[in-house]
Amino acid sequence: MRTMPNGSNRTARWVAPGRVRTRAAPLVLLVLATALTVGLAAAGCGGKPRAQAAKKFVIANGGSDTMVNLAQMWSEEYHKVNPNVSIEVAGGGSGVGIRDLIQGIVAIANCSRDMTEAEKAQARKNTGKDPVEWVVGYDGIAIYAHKDSPVEQLTIEELAGIYGEGGKIANWSQLGVNLKAADGSDKIVRVSRQNSSGTYAYFRENVLDKKDFKLGSKDMSGSKDVVELVSRTKCAIGYSGMGYATEGVKMIKLAAKNGDEGCVPSVENVAVGKYPLSRSLLLYTLGRPEGDVKAYLEWALSPAGQKIVKEAGYIPISAVPKNIEI
Amino acid sequence: MGGALKQTLQTLRRIASGLSERTIVALIHLCGISAIVFVFGIFFFVFREGSPFLRDIFDFRSFFLSEEWHPTSVVNRRYGILALLAGTGSVTVMAMLVAIPFGLGTAVFLSQFCGRRTREALKIMVELLAAVPSVVWGFIGLMVMNPLIVRLTGAPIGLNVLNAGIVVGLMSAPIIVSIAEDAIRAVPDTYVEAAEALGATRWQLVYRVVLPAAKSGLLAAVLLGVGRAVGETMAVLMATGHSIHIPFTAEAPFFHPLESVRTLTATIAAELGEAPRLDTGPGGIFPVEARHYQSLFVIGMALFAITFLISVTADLIVKGIRRKA
Repeated sequence: MRTMPNGSNRTARWVAPGRVRTRAAPLVLLVLATALTVGLAAAGCGGKPRAQAAKKFVIANGGSDTMVNLAQMWSEEYHKVNPNVSIEVAGGGSGVGIRDLIQGIVAIANCSRDMTEAEKAQARKNTGKDPVEWVVGYDGIAIYAHKDSPVEQLTIEELAGIYGEGGKIANWSQLGVNLKAADGSDKIVRVSRQNSSGTYAYFRENVLDKKDFKLGSKDMSGSKDVVELVSRTKCAIGYSGMGYATEGVKMIKLAAKNGDEGCVPSVENVAVGKYPLSRSLLLYTLGRPEGDVKAYLEWALSPAGQKIVKEAGYIPISAVPKNIEI
Repeated sequence: MGGALKQTLQTLRRIASGLSERTIVALIHLCGISAIVFVFGIFFFVFREGSPFLRDIFDFRSFFLSEEWHPTSVVNRRYGILALLAGTGSVTVMAMLVAIPFGLGTAVFLSQFCGRRTREALKIMVELLAAVPSVVWGFIGLMVMNPLIVRLTGAPIGLNVLNAGIVVGLMSAPIIVSIAEDAIRAVPDTYVEAAEALGATRWQLVYRVVLPAAKSGLLAAVLLGVGRAVGETMAVLMATGHSIHIPFTAEAPFFHPLESVRTLTATIAAELGEAPRLDTGPGGIFPVEARHYQSLFVIGMALFAITFLISVTADLIVKGIRRKA
């Protein structure tokens, strides 16, 4: 009995160095492999743009969620026109685009609202250049409802009563609409956007007269999410760019004043200024653009680029007579 | 000749093994310290970004006791997080209503009522449940639970406390299961043997002996589940409806599960990306637009404090068990 533990002890001691080595080997390998992978990845990251830069020019373009589809379509079409330039498109919201422009991450910021004075000051401070604004098209903010909703027409005032702080309209019956959920509630389900979206800011300025939104709306992170949720919710109302209409929703006619005849945002209605909620789609650059960025902007404003604005569901600049201010 | 070569090789190998040993020790040391560095780094960063808000405009009552969250207003910027606290609280309570019975029930079954094979299979399944990414849970909440809740309850919209609570409850159940199971297994065999010797049935054994003995471990498990539920972001962003609203009414003073809410975490996730981080303007004063970004970091601090308290409590309870054992 006594020799057993002794014997096993000796065996253990004799085995030990080998065991340490075999245990250590995979660890060392792992560390080496990790280092190698990281190194390769870094080399890959560093090498790729350099290799591309030799023959390709990349324009980073980010911002407005409303404009991300349009920017994507432009990017694809422009690649056919000029294969040496590739346009990278990112969304995230007008605020993100402006922030990235200020930090020099993107060359062009897509915006569905004007830059604020504070943002312009920050851009001047960071880059020493003035942001320059380019109007590339127009958009109507559509008011969406479920496709089976009996709601036909609203006025700006009614919209403000539904969405605005202190607004008295909370139920569909207050608008003379018979629209109830299965549990009998006829509460208006308000779908809105997160508080730094350009569409949110536009709606606040033009519908709510710069006052705040009533709390309790469902705040979605994207233009598409608004339409998606409205299409799934019978008692809902929401606002989003006119380019995002789907089968599941309908646009509500909108009138500027009580007693006016309302209309939906169509190319004609927005172009002649009949639809009350129309806005400019903007691109911002830092200073006057040069070289490839300039060529791209010129193309976007040319008939070829403007044709795509129309295809994306928005209104090209040529459709709007110069004397009408939007 | 061959012997000399062999000897050289062996020497080389010994040197290499000594080197790798030291490298590994150094690496492990670095890893150990890094955790501390990261925690303090995160705390420092969050505090630094939020401190101008705390210094200039923070006011306890209007921050914690007001539901007015209008951080980008043009007329009157207000930073009240009461509704967000209520949202986080109600989702967490709902989640625990789902997770505690499921989690503790599974733990009791795993440790007391099932055979080895079933246990192994079930444990793998529970681990799989824990591995489902948060955004997938959110997707389930948005696409599966939303229409289901509308159909079953008749509510106008299915993105609410109930939806988020079920989703987050299922997400935190695996944590509760694994920790509660460990706690039950830590109950000394002598207790079980003594109870069996006294003729206790299976149920009496669990209910009267095992559960009371594992009490503090079970509490720690629940608290860690709570911590998970409080910190969950992506799934609640998608499943709550993301609506600033306190889900209490006069008829349902506790909370109404069919109301949409918004949580602290989801607010940070949705708004931080677009809140501009601006520098001080002329005179060293921050422009008013910079406050939104800073206020989100103050929310982050509040969240940090909540989860820190929960983890410390859980930790103290677990330590208490170890000392007793």
